[in-house]
Amino acid sequence: MSLLQVDHLSKRFGGVVAVDDCTLSIPAGGITGLIGPNGSGKTTIFNLITGFIAMDEGRITFKSELIDGLGPDRVYERGIGRTFQLARIFPRLTALENLLVPVRRSGLRALFSGAGWSDERSKAMEMLEFLEISQVAGALGGSLSYGQRKLLELGAVMMAGPELVLLDEPAGGVNPALLERIADRLRTLNSRGTTFLIVEHNMSFVMNLCSEVIVVHRGRQIASGKPDAVRSDPAVLDAYLGA
Amino acid sequence: MTLVLEAAVLGILTGGVYALMASGLTLIFGVMRIINVGHGALVILGAYLSFVLWRNLSIDPFVSLVVTMPVMFVLGVILQVVFIRPLKTDREALSVLVTYSIALGIEGLLGYFFSSNYLQITAWYDTASFPIGDFRITYVYIYGFLLCLAILGAIFLMLYRTTFGGAIRATMLNRTAAQLVGIDVDRVSAIAFGIGMATAAAGGVVFGITNTFNPGSHYDLISRLLTIIVLGGLGSLRGAIIAALVMLVIEDITAVVISPVWASFVFFVILVAVLLVRPQGLFGLRVRERL
Amino acid sequence: MNRLRDKRVLMAVGLVAVLTLTLVLPAISPESATTNMAVFTLMYVGLATAWNIMGGYTGYISLGHAGFFGFGAYALGLLLARLSIAGGYAPFLFVPVAGLLTGLMAAGVGWFALRTRAATFVIVTIAFMFMLQLLAENLTSLTGGGAGLGFPNPPWRGDFFNIPFYYAMLALAVLGLAVSWSIRRSKFGLGLLAIRDDEDKALAVGVPARAFKLTAFVISATLVGMIGSVYGYYVTFIYPQFVVDPLIGISMVLMVFLGGLGTLWGPVLGAVILEPAQLWLAYNYGASRLYLVLYSAVFLLVILLMPRGIIPSVRDLIAERRASAPAARAGAAP
Repeated sequence: MSLLQVDHLSKRFGGVVAVDDCTLSIPAGGITGLIGPNGSGKTTIFNLITGFIAMDEGRITFKSELIDGLGPDRVYERGIGRTFQLARIFPRLTALENLLVPVRRSGLRALFSGAGWSDERSKAMEMLEFLEISQVAGALGGSLSYGQRKLLELGAVMMAGPELVLLDEPAGGVNPALLERIADRLRTLNSRGTTFLIVEHNMSFVMNLCSEVIVVHRGRQIASGKPDAVRSDPAVLDAYLGA
Repeated sequence: MTLVLEAAVLGILTGGVYALMASGLTLIFGVMRIINVGHGALVILGAYLSFVLWRNLSIDPFVSLVVTMPVMFVLGVILQVVFIRPLKTDREALSVLVTYSIALGIEGLLGYFFSSNYLQITAWYDTASFPIGDFRITYVYIYGFLLCLAILGAIFLMLYRTTFGGAIRATMLNRTAAQLVGIDVDRVSAIAFGIGMATAAAGGVVFGITNTFNPGSHYDLISRLLTIIVLGGLGSLRGAIIAALVMLVIEDITAVVISPVWASFVFFVILVAVLLVRPQGLFGLRVRERL
Repeated sequence: MNRLRDKRVLMAVGLVAVLTLTLVLPAISPESATTNMAVFTLMYVGLATAWNIMGGYTGYISLGHAGFFGFGAYALGLLLARLSIAGGYAPFLFVPVAGLLTGLMAAGVGWFALRTRAATFVIVTIAFMFMLQLLAENLTSLTGGGAGLGFPNPPWRGDFFNIPFYYAMLALAVLGLAVSWSIRRSKFGLGLLAIRDDEDKALAVGVPARAFKLTAFVISATLVGMIGSVYGYYVTFIYPQFVVDPLIGISMVLMVFLGGLGTLWGPVLGAVILEPAQLWLAYNYGASRLYLVLYSAVFLLVILLMPRGIIPSVRDLIAERRASAPAARAGAAP
């Protein structure tokens, strides 16, 4: 049973077809890589799933419920978190506050969420320690290094306990030492029950981390399977080399 | 029916003047991403400048533009350099306050020198008229419309036929990218602000002949101009021009059909209606912010 | 951590001292000239604090709050007239009703105004304010139009006249601060700050931005409406252009910017500095309208010299001093 099921998804921007009748199935419990050449529509797929842009056609089901047409906040409420290509955090909030922002309640009910405020604080501190950035808990987001921002963004999205997290280039612009830490933390989070879908260009990162890989090209899926199998698929080589 | 037709024709003619004033405002927004809340006050300032030249030196108001437009252009460049350029953080919010403060300062200065009595510029052509069908049109509306058409034409020529116009358009499309390809964005901004002020001077003359005005008149004017550029889509010149014509025609027809006191109200009604359907305005592109 | 507790105690003592001082101020200085200035200063403390909830925390600049101010005044005036309430303390009981009505209208305005992002929002609020002014002028049968709307006459005489209004404004300012303080400490407030920093990112972590913005807008407008209604009763006769006054709208904004946008105490500080200055300018130069020029010069100087406001600037200065203090906490470094 797949956790997230995307069927016949399409999106055009003017004359450009960004996503073309794309069908994906993300199993629960794994770390799935979503790879493809530049401009193959990976980020657009993320934006469509998380409700940032409206699809032209298709259906998206999560935990067997239809989620298309929901706004980004409602999608998060259902249990899908995401990060952005260039780590986005709240620059004028402290690192700790950044972790306290996420809410998984909709509309006006979210106004009154705050009952377990001190619980949440200690949970946030634990998260910072887990990511080894607790020393900057009180620092403003804007003053953090890029690597710290990456970790903070990941920590924030995990705070409300989403079942599925879409990571947009978690390894982008990060030094090798930190890369190792990120991969390690993702494995731990995964073993605790979170499913990940990762867009990434760093192939060794993907091949080491992912249990399954999906390759998209020109807005549709062209291959999927175990990393080793996908790597030798002629269609994939074609897409990367011939594109 | 004749009345409605007359109102429509008048609406188009005055709409031309609003199109000119609004295009200056939307140009400034497009280039600098700031809302010049002082635009109305600068139009009124233009009207007062022409008023002084006309009353004290008997210079024809249209002729006085030869003086007031360059003066306002220079003033615009100065205002931009002194008050807008230094804003580094939180530009969008601070520039609203700065331009609002400039408007207050101008209102205060005009009030100090001219009191708050209502004035009007007069000339032979604001009473003389000629017949079209069943009704008569005062010459000033035609002259004003032609003037605005000429200036708008010049602006479009400058934007689409000169290198500098290219730099302005590039800056409007993407400020950062324009900077990267070597466009002096600060200079473009200052000159665009100057051009905006020059159009305010021209608009001010026609406004000053066709309306009575006092130092406080800018409030009503700026709320109309801002509504127009939102309707047209922020930063869209064509949108501003079309929105100005449409709004003024609707306003003038409302004045005839319903009542003059409710004419301004249609601005708000239409603004609400448009924003409900298209939050980005009629011609604005939907801006996806940093996604 | 002792240091933190010391700071808290100091803050609490200071707060109690300031509150006590404001409570007994009319006893110390009962002349009507002083209490009149105090009424207006407290009014702006409340207005700036209320505005800051939307403009400071949420980052959506409204230049149309004078519309809510005027709406509150008209709402109370009309209520009192319809219900034939006589002057005295009774009208104050209807202030919350006027606030509630203002909040309802803000919900309607915010419903469509908040469909847009910051730049358009500013413009819509300006247009809204002028349309409200126009409505007040044109709905003559309801509002009296340009002839104005009268309130029942307050029965107090002499120096005592200002006192009930002083305490009413004080109560509203304290209420505004309490609301602002509790929002700042809540998860809701954190959501507002997140929207200010990056609205799309806030959505991505589940902040229901639209509901949050609308709620902040309505809370802000309700407070402003209540303050406007007390103002209406205080001046006892209101006209469209004097109660839906753009100058009132911009004043509260500038006070917030002067004191420190998005801080709890910034609006208070800004109001306490600027309002007496404004009154002084209006008193000495009001007739010549030169006060507008001076006022605008003050604004421009403030924005150019201290764009982030007093409290954040001072806070940074202190932080810098601490950081450069030689080896102060070298052992505590990580």
